[in-house]
Amino acid sequence: MVLLEMKDVSKSFSGVQVLHNINFEIQKGEVHVLLGENGAGKSTIIKILTGAYLKDTGEITWEGEKTNITEPKDAINIGIATIYQELNLIPQLSIADNIFLGHERKRGGRFSLLDRVQMKEKAKQLMERLGQTVDPDELVGNLGVGQQQLVEIAKALSLNAKLIIMDEPTASLSGQEVEQLLSTVEKLREQGMTFVYISHRLEEIKRIGDRITVLRDGTKITTVPVKTTSVDQMIELMVGRSLTQKYPKKVFKKGKEGLRIENLKLKHSSNKLNFTAYQGEILGISGLVGAGRTELMRGIFGADQIDSGKVYVFGEQKIIQKPQDAIKAGIAFITEDRKGEGLFLDQSLIFNKTISKLRRVKEKGLISYKKQKEVANQYVNDLKIRPNNINLMARNLSGGNQQKVVIAKWLFTEARVFIFDEPTRGIDVGAKVEVYNLINKLVDSGACVIIVSSELPEILGMCDRILVMHEGTITADLARSKASQEVIMKAATGG
Amino acid sequence: MEQRSSSIEMGTKTHPAVNTRGNRKAIVNKFGALLGLVGLCLILSILTPSFLKEDNLMNIARQSSINALLSLGMLLPILTAGIDLSVGSVLAFAIISAGMVTVTWGMSPVLGIFVCLGVGALAGWLNGILLTKLRLPHPFISTLGTMNIYRGLALIITGASPIFGFSYTMNFVGQENVGIIPVSFILVIIACIFFHIFLTRTSTGKYIYAIGGNKEAARLSGIPVDRMLILVYTISGFMASLGGLVLIGRTNSASPIAGLSYELDAIAAVIIGGASFFGGVGTVWGTLIGAMIIAVLRNGLNLLGTSSDLQTIIIGLVIIAAVYVDVLRRKSSKK
Repeated sequence: MVLLEMKDVSKSFSGVQVLHNINFEIQKGEVHVLLGENGAGKSTIIKILTGAYLKDTGEITWEGEKTNITEPKDAINIGIATIYQELNLIPQLSIADNIFLGHERKRGGRFSLLDRVQMKEKAKQLMERLGQTVDPDELVGNLGVGQQQLVEIAKALSLNAKLIIMDEPTASLSGQEVEQLLSTVEKLREQGMTFVYISHRLEEIKRIGDRITVLRDGTKITTVPVKTTSVDQMIELMVGRSLTQKYPKKVFKKGKEGLRIENLKLKHSSNKLNFTAYQGEILGISGLVGAGRTELMRGIFGADQIDSGKVYVFGEQKIIQKPQDAIKAGIAFITEDRKGEGLFLDQSLIFNKTISKLRRVKEKGLISYKKQKEVANQYVNDLKIRPNNINLMARNLSGGNQQKVVIAKWLFTEARVFIFDEPTRGIDVGAKVEVYNLINKLVDSGACVIIVSSELPEILGMCDRILVMHEGTITADLARSKASQEVIMKAATGG
Repeated sequence: MEQRSSSIEMGTKTHPAVNTRGNRKAIVNKFGALLGLVGLCLILSILTPSFLKEDNLMNIARQSSINALLSLGMLLPILTAGIDLSVGSVLAFAIISAGMVTVTWGMSPVLGIFVCLGVGALAGWLNGILLTKLRLPHPFISTLGTMNIYRGLALIITGASPIFGFSYTMNFVGQENVGIIPVSFILVIIACIFFHIFLTRTSTGKYIYAIGGNKEAARLSGIPVDRMLILVYTISGFMASLGGLVLIGRTNSASPIAGLSYELDAIAAVIIGGASFFGGVGTVWGTLIGAMIIAVLRNGLNLLGTSSDLQTIIIGLVIIAAVYVDVLRRKSSKK
């Protein structure tokens, strides 16, 4: 039975068409995957379904009847719930309050007091249905991301949703939390729930998806059953060509010492950390979420203060107390949270690229707009940033292109040590390969590159040497030839 | 590879469309407030014949100059997603100090000018120090505190009575004209040019936008955030005292209750001029136009014989309308 159907839906922004006559239907009780590169139109479709955007033309039918979704309330009323990558929960409120936010249970009429007992009881039941035993009074801010997501699902259930849309739900989850989420989705599907699922993790799609609708450049390419489609075929459909190599690894000659850390002690930690990264190699840092990888890198970069320890850059000791010192020493830090810590979203690409080293675009003491433009144009071309409009605000770029802008910003500082924290999180396979190629180029030019990543295939695919961290210590230092998923996981769990 | 290059071409094809649209929007952004000002002047010149007279226009220039100077100062904290509520009190404190030095103690008026501006800058600097070193959560709080403190100091020092009888040198900026143009307005124009260059062509200016756009990203980009914030509040305080210097000349006095609620007019000018309360967005010219709109409106309503109570209501409506237009524009660009 068809739950929802889109017929000839089109949408354009500022004269640029982003969706071209999209047609597809969602069957009741299936997990329907939307697959496509960043900018292919997945998010636009979702935003039309949830009432965030208005479609220009076309028709949407819901349970066989034509429906008009003009604002988010309409979508919620007919039974569409959406769980975004950035969760819409209020950390200062309890689980029960969050679940019933906006549709609170009352003791009587509209102006009566809240029925707190009933809400708590119901919240507890809903969470139990998702396999969670929780105290409904617990503040959502005290929960892990995985559990918070389940609270969002519980909220959808409490709204009697018939269709749950999930946009990159697993992007910020650890392995165990991913497992929990996927089995929850499977369980709910058995009970008859329908899902629209977006993810860049193809193995995940293979596991829980029923059918895939592939989008490219705002056009629907095809809808195929998951069972008969291999991961390689998915990629080919998505990018429109066969991607010969997901990890374009190149091996360069190991050179001089680039970054050496001696007895580095982070705040609130008793461990002393030592490691060295060399020119000509990519050093991977692996470990579970919370192992202290990001904290170590933030300490080296001066983003957080350290207790003690020495940092050497190309053999020279550098005192780093704040990010300025690190940048002066030639270190670049591409953070994992590019929107929160990397980009100025409401500023142009020109601004974003030159802000870290404005000295280089000055003429007679003043910033030269002409020079800025030259620099920005050069990076747009070198890094293939699209659309290639340097006046565009960073906000209007897709995730992959935003990441390239962040990288461009750091290239412009003329750094010699590059620390990438989760360099390809949330970006599609095509853009990933471009980022890897950029990293290869950096290594080739004599830079020293460190990659922190939670994705084991990425670490194994791109790194020459791998450090594994567990509870704030480095538990393994593996050469590429010695590394495997099993060895890394063993070191990462302290085994 | 074939596929890749074709999609790049597609990017270039869409680019002109995005661009002209972007330009058109940029023009509206740039000139929206200016159109409002021009429209307002047109209406007033039709309604009252005396509006366009030379005397009256110079009157507007003179009346707008104090608020314009304060607004330019206010623009900086607002660009960093902050605010400076203390400017009215800083103004009073600064002119009282100048009055004590030159009138009460009979010292040199040049020294008096330096004391006035120095006290303003120092008071602003202290705002910045409180914000960054005590880690107070928002400048609303630190400057709300100092707003009261500086006002109290001004009242205590003078025993709550105004100081009269400034020398010509002290009164020069606020009183004199070059030809027909008030010196104070020339000062505003010079300040605008200086601020424009400062904000668009120097690293410090860009850093101010960066801090307002994304504080954490700014810090991780190696921008000395605390130092920039201290500078921003110092400049705001300095501009308040510069406004104070104009006020001395206009009234030939320094009152401890001078500048009451001036901060609100300054904030209004910045916001009408298109700056965002969330930081990172705003221009010098917009701010100047915002200050002019308020001055023209007051002047015009006076000419029309509108009571000051009603004027206050109208200014309030203009603030809301200006920001609402902005909201509508943003919404239309999103949907």
